[in-house]
Amino acid sequence: MYVAVKGGEQAIARSWDLLAASRRGDPRLLELELAQIREQMRLAVARVMLEGSLYDENLAALALKQAAGDAVEAIFLLRAFRTTLPRLATSLPLDTGAMRVRRRISGTFKDVPGGQILGPTADYTQRLLDFSLAQSGAEADCAEDHDPLPHPLPNVLDTLAREGLIEAETIPVGDPEPPDLTRSPLMFPASRPARLQNLARADEGWLLGLAYATQRGYAESHPFAGEIRMGEVGVSVCPPELGFEIDIGAITLTECQMINQFAGSKTAPPQFTRGYGLSFGEAERKAMAMALVDRSLRAEELGEDQLAPTQQQEFVLYHSDNVEASGFVQHLKLPHYVDFQAELALIRTLRQQAADLSQQETRHD
Amino acid sequence: MTERQWQYNFGFLDENTKRMLRRGLLKAVAIPGYQVPFGSREMPLPYGWGTGGIQLTASIIGKSDVLKVIDQGADDTTNAVNIRRFFARVTGVATTTRTADATLIQTRHRIPETALCEGQIMVFQVPEPEPLRTLEASEVETRKLHAHQEYGLMHVKLYEDIARFGHVATSYDYPVLVNGRYLASPSPIPKFDNPKLDRSPALMLFGAGREKRLYAIPPYTAVESLAFEDHPFAVQRWPHVCALCGSGDSYLDEIITDDAGHRLFVCSDSDYCQAQRTLQEGMA
Repeated sequence: MYVAVKGGEQAIARSWDLLAASRRGDPRLLELELAQIREQMRLAVARVMLEGSLYDENLAALALKQAAGDAVEAIFLLRAFRTTLPRLATSLPLDTGAMRVRRRISGTFKDVPGGQILGPTADYTQRLLDFSLAQSGAEADCAEDHDPLPHPLPNVLDTLAREGLIEAETIPVGDPEPPDLTRSPLMFPASRPARLQNLARADEGWLLGLAYATQRGYAESHPFAGEIRMGEVGVSVCPPELGFEIDIGAITLTECQMINQFAGSKTAPPQFTRGYGLSFGEAERKAMAMALVDRSLRAEELGEDQLAPTQQQEFVLYHSDNVEASGFVQHLKLPHYVDFQAELALIRTLRQQAADLSQQETRHD
Repeated sequence: MTERQWQYNFGFLDENTKRMLRRGLLKAVAIPGYQVPFGSREMPLPYGWGTGGIQLTASIIGKSDVLKVIDQGADDTTNAVNIRRFFARVTGVATTTRTADATLIQTRHRIPETALCEGQIMVFQVPEPEPLRTLEASEVETRKLHAHQEYGLMHVKLYEDIARFGHVATSYDYPVLVNGRYLASPSPIPKFDNPKLDRSPALMLFGAGREKRLYAIPPYTAVESLAFEDHPFAVQRWPHVCALCGSGDSYLDEIITDDAGHRLFVCSDSDYCQAQRTLQEGMA
């Protein structure tokens, strides 16, 4: 006789134990410390902070440890934590022009004021496995810089802007407060601030694929990397009860300004247009991909055709969030017996109908 | 970093978020079947696993409530267990498996067989709140279709089913017209449960967390499953009764019992099935 499947509660508790044991791995090895993750897995930490929408290196490291290195799971953990946090203040707009730059390059000019600064990049490392890293204890020697970097570093695009060759970036009338997608639902058509916010939180893989598609003919954007800069930017708040600015710290940011061709329209002469990408930490791939997708989503505003999926707001923005996507794809693991039973009954009926029909036809023959 | 112990608010959500949700719910009740956009929060359970329903429950649950959580009609499926444990942990309210004892019932994919009564609230977990989504992918377009009460697409779809198969080939998440105005998704309940929505004395609330929409069917609201005069709406029937309790009028799950393909049909509503058996034992 069939016995109803009970004991879900016990099974869940046991799965927690198994998960904890497999997270820990071989107990004879030292357990990872959060500081190690924060310092030595800093790019993973940056991704979790960015897509988790919370700049806290320690919490991101904790999430990565708890998720056993699974970035999307770690992002989910951080999001579920931040959701209940009170909003104490809103920062003043960041000034990336005042960034303490550690890296700044331009693909559009051979030399730029302040120079091309490679900084800590893997771009020219030849990607040979470094077996010396297999042993711990190796010191990473880095000579002190004798020439301090110029500060502040002017933005490459400002030169073009002065000539009117690239669209101006003007503050909209009344400087409206940007929407907060973690507090209000995404509605369409989405404004550029809402789109940029969505793209900043978007899954890096999703953005990378879409950005790549814009380069392969799904949207005509003809991009140039006008400027990419990475470094530390101060964050300040101005509490209304005090009326003066307070510096509350600095965060690491990567900013990408893409320059794109634009043939002009009835109202605007031919000029370069912009695509913008910004990310926490050293996340250049994400910032560049974001800038390309930002530009392709401006098709409507610039009067361009919107034939490619990369130009369609609903397609890009509705499917960009990996916490939403991961949950919904994986919800197929949940029981669907009831619906499946309904479909089973239906398909049996349809098959019976088809069988009856072919029997009749055979008789007619 | 020092270990910090976080004290979560009653029901997990902060009071401002609950207020935002309740305002959305008031609007939803005022416009039956209309999908109200809301600032869905990120919950500590995955999207697609009931985050909308959980937010609605969290926004209305009070200390004196008695909560029942079901998935596929059963209280003991892992997701139902998990959500019930979540609320027990963040609210400490009493939980039950008995439909009649519950003041608040969160459900995925079923409506209990035991008739609901006045004062009870059903909270449905909704994966896709837009009944027209499979026919029109764009949200901008579907919002326009609702505004104009333009539901021809759905009628054509049902007609095409009839032309091809002789009957409507939708067996769950069967579209309903609420209060004669808005086309709505009843959530993926089998169409067997659709008639239970019509003029129910209980308040029906629907939450879609990932899609950031909520909607409601207030008590005693007319809910019509779409059909044609010559092809009236009909629900699933089985040629068997429940193998456990003998019930002939409940929704049955099929269970494969061995490699030879032997099957058993049993009630999907585990509480109802148990109650029927207790009743019979009492009479014996």
